[in-house]
Amino acid sequence: MTAALTNNPQARLPALSKTRVAQGLLGVAVLLVLTKTVLPAGLVRPPEWLVWPFADWINALFNFMRDDLGLMHVTRGFAEGVEWLLDVTANLLYGRNRWPYLGPIPWSVIAVTAGVVGYALQGWRLALLSAGTFVWIVVMGQWTWSMETLSVIVVAAPFSILFGLLIGVLGWKSRRVEKILNPILNIAQSLPHFAYMIPVVVFIGVGPKAGAIVTIIFSVPPMIRMTLLGLKKVSPEVVESGHMCGATRWQLLHSVQIPTARTDILVGVNQVIMQCLAMVVLASFIGMPGLGQKLLQLLQALKIGRSVEIGITIVLLAVMLDRCTKAWAVRQPEHFEKGTSWVVRNKFLVIWAVLVAVAFALAQVFPMLDQVKRSQALSMAKPIDAVVDWFIVLIDPVTQWLRWFLITWILIPMRDAYLYLPFSAVLALLAAIGWAIGGLRSALVCIAFFGLIAMSGWWDRAMITVYMVSFSVLLALLVGFPMGIWGARHDKRAVKVLLICDTLQTFPSFIYLIPVVMLFGVNDVAVVSAVFLFAAVPLVRYTIEGLRGVPEALIEAANMSGATQRQTLWNVRLPMALPTIMVGVNQSVMFSLFMVIIAAFIGTQDLGQEMQRALSSTDVGKGLVLGLAVAFMGLMVDHLVNRWASRRRQALGLA
Amino acid sequence: MTTPETVISCNNVWKLFGEKAENYLAGMTGNPTFDEIRQAGYIAAVRDVSVDINRGEMLVIMGLSGSGKSTFVRCLSRLLDITGGTVKVEGQDIGALDEKELIDLRRNKMGMVFQSFGLLPHRNVLDNVAFPLEMRGQDRHTRRARALEVIELVGLGGREEYFPRELSGGQQQRVGIARSLAIEPDIWFLDEPFSALDPLIRREMQDEFLRLQEMLGKTIVFITHDFDEALRLADRIAIMKDGAVEQCDTPDKIVLEPATEYVRKFTEEINKARVVHARGLARPINGIAPSGEPIAGHTTIQEMGRLLVNDTRDLMPVSDKNGKVIGAMARQEALDVLFGAPA
Repeated sequence: MTAALTNNPQARLPALSKTRVAQGLLGVAVLLVLTKTVLPAGLVRPPEWLVWPFADWINALFNFMRDDLGLMHVTRGFAEGVEWLLDVTANLLYGRNRWPYLGPIPWSVIAVTAGVVGYALQGWRLALLSAGTFVWIVVMGQWTWSMETLSVIVVAAPFSILFGLLIGVLGWKSRRVEKILNPILNIAQSLPHFAYMIPVVVFIGVGPKAGAIVTIIFSVPPMIRMTLLGLKKVSPEVVESGHMCGATRWQLLHSVQIPTARTDILVGVNQVIMQCLAMVVLASFIGMPGLGQKLLQLLQALKIGRSVEIGITIVLLAVMLDRCTKAWAVRQPEHFEKGTSWVVRNKFLVIWAVLVAVAFALAQVFPMLDQVKRSQALSMAKPIDAVVDWFIVLIDPVTQWLRWFLITWILIPMRDAYLYLPFSAVLALLAAIGWAIGGLRSALVCIAFFGLIAMSGWWDRAMITVYMVSFSVLLALLVGFPMGIWGARHDKRAVKVLLICDTLQTFPSFIYLIPVVMLFGVNDVAVVSAVFLFAAVPLVRYTIEGLRGVPEALIEAANMSGATQRQTLWNVRLPMALPTIMVGVNQSVMFSLFMVIIAAFIGTQDLGQEMQRALSSTDVGKGLVLGLAVAFMGLMVDHLVNRWASRRRQALGLA
Repeated sequence: MTTPETVISCNNVWKLFGEKAENYLAGMTGNPTFDEIRQAGYIAAVRDVSVDINRGEMLVIMGLSGSGKSTFVRCLSRLLDITGGTVKVEGQDIGALDEKELIDLRRNKMGMVFQSFGLLPHRNVLDNVAFPLEMRGQDRHTRRARALEVIELVGLGGREEYFPRELSGGQQQRVGIARSLAIEPDIWFLDEPFSALDPLIRREMQDEFLRLQEMLGKTIVFITHDFDEALRLADRIAIMKDGAVEQCDTPDKIVLEPATEYVRKFTEEINKARVVHARGLARPINGIAPSGEPIAGHTTIQEMGRLLVNDTRDLMPVSDKNGKVIGAMARQEALDVLFGAPA
């Protein structure tokens, strides 16, 4: 096979053609696999000299920063400030015994406020959703937990937004800062949640303030991205008009550029809030009380009914926060006719003030409108449990068989196969793929990322993660792709399916674990199913968007050439949509990586499990090395897909 | 005759885009063409332009896209720093101004209108128009009063509270015009202000613009790619190609005596009789006293077509706005413009 490399018939070409090199590398990979039994051990698994003690170095660096640089005092100081704010919100929202000793605010007042905000932003339906969410929470007796969760978001989100805005503006002002920021953001956005938690535990400890701080850090990157994007998008004429109006730099920034970039910045705010929610739920792993902690406990105890209730609460909160911030982002200013009175101009404020006053007054008379005790709450856990039990018994033969089939015939053989591969063969294979897609540079990128994973010393664990991700993404492709094609068939259907995908994507990843644990219990099948569900959503979504995004003129041209529906789909729509669909594949891989790691606590043997161990032993070095290994997998796929998609786009004249 | 006062004076202005363009310009020998400069890795957006603009004059810069006209006007307002040469505004070299002085100059002397309006989407009409006043730090009340005044002037009275997206393109550009006039600038830059509008609205806006200019008498630099628009509005036209000015003259001269082949191509399809005025054909009298009723200098040849055919004089006197005879026009020459020169 390697003969292809040397025996190139097109020797007159100055360089070997791309496919030839790729084929050669592929040949090497196959050869390495076939001859594994006689290979020297150093080619089968990373030899000892190749495994560097990155973890020790990182630990040394962190110790140096913490003890010698005195960074500990800085972080502790900041943490104390955050804690003070957390106490204030905790007092107001659920009556924790702290300054200002005013709370708790009656739940009816909070529900009414949420309703008015929803109404002002979009109208009745959002008002119902917002107020309804809080009514559900109180009726289900989850008020305190929910408010514990919300109080962290209320404190963390503004910090994230502020930091993101500041760093974004800095990056936009200076090319150098942007160049430094870009790779950091890339890595930060592909690091799994747990990787953020370990350093925070080291510097801050556990509990609500650590939860708040990890949430702040985790949700800053999208804000920076969107701020940069928004500021760059401001039309040069608007900036020039600002200059010609005699604006100073500061005036230009705060009254021209930032307000004009408003929509993108608010999309950033939306992402921050969604990230905050996702993180705050997961922060239960580092002792953050609230909905996440309850859900974690209940899931581990297999109390499905109660978990479902909490799941619904988290979903409602997610959808509400998402809809409200999105509505805020797309909201356009509208004028009032001349001579409109103050009351009409500020009608939402007036309505809010009146309703709040009414709610306060009623809460004084009817204690039920002030606070609802746990014993007074409704719980549907019993009926849900009954239904779930009945359902599980009903489909038990199916799930049993599926579990057996998947584990014995697919998962275990696949895992063994991945583990059988010599690491040198994997590197050669990745280099082949890289070369085929993007030439030498991409091949080197692939080798660099996976080479570092090999050097981390976690090769076997990493291969288990790769196996779960690749199987889940494959499954997601098999299901998501046809579903996307089906969804894109009609306009109305496309809108509906997209709405569902959108909503599913707002759910914190944790939620996906509830149904799979319910169906399969706690094992690999459950993990793979959760990852598959989570990964299928972006695939469906981008398939539809890609197919719908094909220019109308091309479809008309195909129709006039006498193409049937099927011919149009295969010859026109799909080729044109493929670059967009690949974006979906990329996201799908990213999502699965995150999910695999999160799912670790229901029992896997991959990087995620080790990360959990690192978290419980607060081993920063190990945690970050594992996190970076996951990030590198994601970044490699990201690089390959982007390379391929941009080349395809250019070839199609779309870019 | 008094010599007109120069407001903006450009001397050998160069604008090159590319790494270290100053060094390249300093080391440049001879007079390289646009393509030669491109081969060296630079884009020559403005090449060696020298133009003087007088007080109260409307200079129209005409060129196709990529000719450097928009870049040139940005050099005049120092939205772009020039690579070589000088731009003086009322005798002051604007390249030498520091940031604060430049801001002061823009706050007090200059106004600019943009092709795609450049309005601030989050501010209503009133606040958009008052924006330059706000930048100057004027108080709310004065700001509002002045903004309302200019809004009335551009015919948008009653729409102060509308937001840009609630207005049509023509109305948005009126806001842009009002904003640029709010500080009562002496110098008014207009960068293709009507190009984004549809033809009917464009014509209406041109009329409106002429009415405003009649009233305000600003010094104007007007950019357009539309030759008809240039002929219609200009006191003088500068035609640009590949960053250089091909010809800078009155519309009459451009049509009658195109300086280069490029300019001649533009004028080919133009009905010259509609462009050329009596004053454009008038020659100094030199002692001969042409007889009869003088023709007003601003009459176009087309407007006096019937008169030209019926009249029998060989030389017809031409008068200026005040009725004073400024020269004489040969009837035959005018007829040639009207019907085309005999083959």
